[in-house]
Amino acid sequence: MLRFVLRRCILVLPSLFGLLLVTFLLIRVVPSDPAMALAGDAATPEQIERLRQQYGLDRPIWEQFAVYVGKVATLDLGESAFSRRPVAVDIAQRLPATLALTFCALAISVFVGVPLGVIAGLTHNAWPDYLLRVFSVLGIAVAAFWFAIMLQLLFSMELGWLPLRGELSPTMQRPPRVTGFMVVDALIAGRFDVFTDALRHLVLPAVTLSLGGLATIVRFTRAGVLDTLQQDFVFYERAMGYRRRRLVWIYVLRNSVTATVTQIGLLFGGLIAGGVVVEAIFDWPGIGSYTVQAILTGDRQVMLAVTLLVGTVYAVVNILIDLVHGLLDPRLMERA
Amino acid sequence: MMPVLSVRGLKVSIRTDEGMAEILDDVGLELERGRILGVVGESGCGKSTLIRAIMGILPRGATIDRGEVWFEGENLLAFSEAELNDQVRSSRIGFIPQDPLLALNPVFKVGTQMLEVMRWHAPDAKDPTGPRGGARRKAHVARLVGLLRRMQVPDPETALERYPHQFSGGQRQRLLIAAALACAPGLVIADEPTTALDVTTQHQILLLLRELVAEFGISLMFVTHDFGVVAELCDDLCVIYAGQTVEKGPVQAILEAPSHPYTRALLACHPDRATTFLGIPGSVPSPLARPPGCLFAPRCTDARTLCLAGRPPQGLAPSGAEVRCVQFA
Amino acid sequence: MIHILRKLSRDLPAMLGLGIVLFVLVLAILGPLLAPYPEDAAASHLTRRLRPPSAAYPFGTDNLGRDIFSRVILGARGALSIALTVVSTAMLIGVPLGLIAGYRGGWVSEGIMRVTDVVLAIPQLVLALALAQLMSPSLESAMLALSLTYWPFFTRIVYAETRRLSASLFVDALRGIGAGTSRIVFLHILPNALSPVIVRATIGLGFTILVAAVLGFLGMGATPPAPDWGLAIAESRTYLPRAWWYATFPGLAILITVMGFNLLGDGLRDIVDPRIRRSR
Repeated sequence: MLRFVLRRCILVLPSLFGLLLVTFLLIRVVPSDPAMALAGDAATPEQIERLRQQYGLDRPIWEQFAVYVGKVATLDLGESAFSRRPVAVDIAQRLPATLALTFCALAISVFVGVPLGVIAGLTHNAWPDYLLRVFSVLGIAVAAFWFAIMLQLLFSMELGWLPLRGELSPTMQRPPRVTGFMVVDALIAGRFDVFTDALRHLVLPAVTLSLGGLATIVRFTRAGVLDTLQQDFVFYERAMGYRRRRLVWIYVLRNSVTATVTQIGLLFGGLIAGGVVVEAIFDWPGIGSYTVQAILTGDRQVMLAVTLLVGTVYAVVNILIDLVHGLLDPRLMERA
Repeated sequence: MMPVLSVRGLKVSIRTDEGMAEILDDVGLELERGRILGVVGESGCGKSTLIRAIMGILPRGATIDRGEVWFEGENLLAFSEAELNDQVRSSRIGFIPQDPLLALNPVFKVGTQMLEVMRWHAPDAKDPTGPRGGARRKAHVARLVGLLRRMQVPDPETALERYPHQFSGGQRQRLLIAAALACAPGLVIADEPTTALDVTTQHQILLLLRELVAEFGISLMFVTHDFGVVAELCDDLCVIYAGQTVEKGPVQAILEAPSHPYTRALLACHPDRATTFLGIPGSVPSPLARPPGCLFAPRCTDARTLCLAGRPPQGLAPSGAEVRCVQFA
Repeated sequence: MIHILRKLSRDLPAMLGLGIVLFVLVLAILGPLLAPYPEDAAASHLTRRLRPPSAAYPFGTDNLGRDIFSRVILGARGALSIALTVVSTAMLIGVPLGLIAGYRGGWVSEGIMRVTDVVLAIPQLVLALALAQLMSPSLESAMLALSLTYWPFFTRIVYAETRRLSASLFVDALRGIGAGTSRIVFLHILPNALSPVIVRATIGLGFTILVAAVLGFLGMGATPPAPDWGLAIAESRTYLPRAWWYATFPGLAILITVMGFNLLGDGLRDIVDPRIRRSR
């Protein structure tokens, strides 16, 4: 088990190194004069020269890379040109909001998508299956930013059931920051009104963000179930008199979700990218809106850091996915 | 004495893209208590559909057009799916599948799978006075371990904690035989259980089955395409061709004096009766377009014009076997 | 080809997709002829701002009094040409790299596939945004950025196919009779690897329209007064909830177009390789 995990971690290292190299090249090589690019349009020649020395841009390129790797390793990601604070601090401040949103969206995708996918697979080529197939194509084809606006239009502006934007109503007082997760902090502070308010603010962004993943999970679970139902052991289990519900939801499902779990890993990229747009529309104070702000203000240090963060998260998530695979299917763990 | 299992005039068809396929046309067989019945036929003759029809697990689009399946005095075709699951499968009819690797769920422990069946179908599963919960489960584990020991599975105590891929093919087949007997059924249906095994293992499994029939007081329906296996194991024989029973009777009588031209051709194909038959010239008529006369006539060396006129009736051959051929009508 | 079309005609969802794709294609080519107010691509009529849908303006008018119905039709050309440019550029980069990596092996292959993995590991939108920003925001840099992030998908596919084919018997036989490398690769491997590439490209067209709309929405793509669907949705936000039609119809246009490409792509994939229902 431990060996399995370690092996996966080592396999990820070349990718992480490549990520460092790509980001380094992006920031140092693509702009003709990185110092000028870092300083911005309004900088004086002296400022540019100072930056050049400060960032070691007059040194040989491999030395610059070594320095860069060292800085990233110690979480020294530079300073945001916009907030004038270390990027690492800004990210730490905003990460919980994004994690909460991503987690809720993923939970919706999985806990709604898997059962729907199973139902579609069981009713292969009957109307629930057709309906769910149409739904899954729609879910992949819909533009998240447009869907978000439609939800706001209906549920916030017309019906007034749910708040329009932000993670807390302006009239609410923020609970003291303990974990950074609004919902958890509200509970710690014993403020149930804040807790429900924060939950209500989560609904629309989480639903929007979950949509693409939900559709993908329905598709892959359906395909997995159809595949499994063809297997000999399903006939054997039926012949042995397995209870129908237990057969489907335990014995078939566990064989069917392997492809779905792989998809969840790939979905993470989509969730992060989708988060950028969804956070921007709902004014969600997370990494996504931070990224949009950085893009609009040309804050390169922040963009670089976000790219690194996302790449790393992606690598870590894929290690976790491999681990889940191993737990679901004992044969994989042994092969490694 | 009433047979344990008796199938009469069974006809099953499946709706396909190209039309209705008559998989079974007229199948009849009897299995007497305590005996072993071999059901023999080439692949595609409808053997697996016959098993599925008896178990009540037909594929989608299949219908039973005609016939009866009598089991211990009850017509199984009148049972609902829920009744079959509750009262028949595992508890009264055990099943040994063809390929022991494909039949076991690869991602669950062997014990989990076998105990799942016992939880619902073991003799004490519906007994309100017996032990419950953990105690009942313990009793089930004990029975399984005893069975595995009887099946000569090495380390029966730890075997339940292992996964299917950690066993060899022969061991897996022994596990499945144990599973079929776990809930003490009266009838066991085996679907070519030795096909996927090497010859030595095959022989051991057949010996084991022979012993178990007497020991556990079961009746066994053994489906195969291999006459060698039939000669080694069975008491009675039922030969199926293109969805019809063409000859049935005691194994000894039929092997000594096969009456139906198809049976004769099959036996001629493998003189030492130990290898799989090589085949007969021509092919089985398509289930989509069955010819009007005797279904074997196109391949029969003795075919006459009478054979093409209509389906031949069942007749009694001198050997004592029931034969579907104009020669004995 | 005819064989593929015949199979496709039996698949109802795929035919729906094909119909949508052809329809959008017609709109893209004949847009200015079909739109009731073709001059509304640029003109503004401040006297009829934000009118709700009516017979004269089926989708209503926008903040500058322009007919949204006309602008949705006119937007098809931009959306399709962005998608086609991006996907063909990505193919031009990705397919040769995949061929080289698959046929050559060794450190060349290893290097190419590592870079591919790294680029795939960063969400396309984030990378495209970063690239577009580095190259100064404009439609051209948005398109280039999207191409630079989409090629790895083609490299992956072509690599896998090339690997499979170059290990196959018929390529061995070709080597045996002394066929040159370029001959084998271009005349024998490439045509065989083409069908999965076409499937991916079809789905990629839909996906690119979606991402390009996001870029337009974030102000990193098309610039006013272009009749861009994403841009229109961005502009509409100021006028909500009053002018619900302003955001609704351009969004529906995106939805239907992308859905068309996806349905067609799924149908094509089922034909090209019915086995890989579970693949991405």
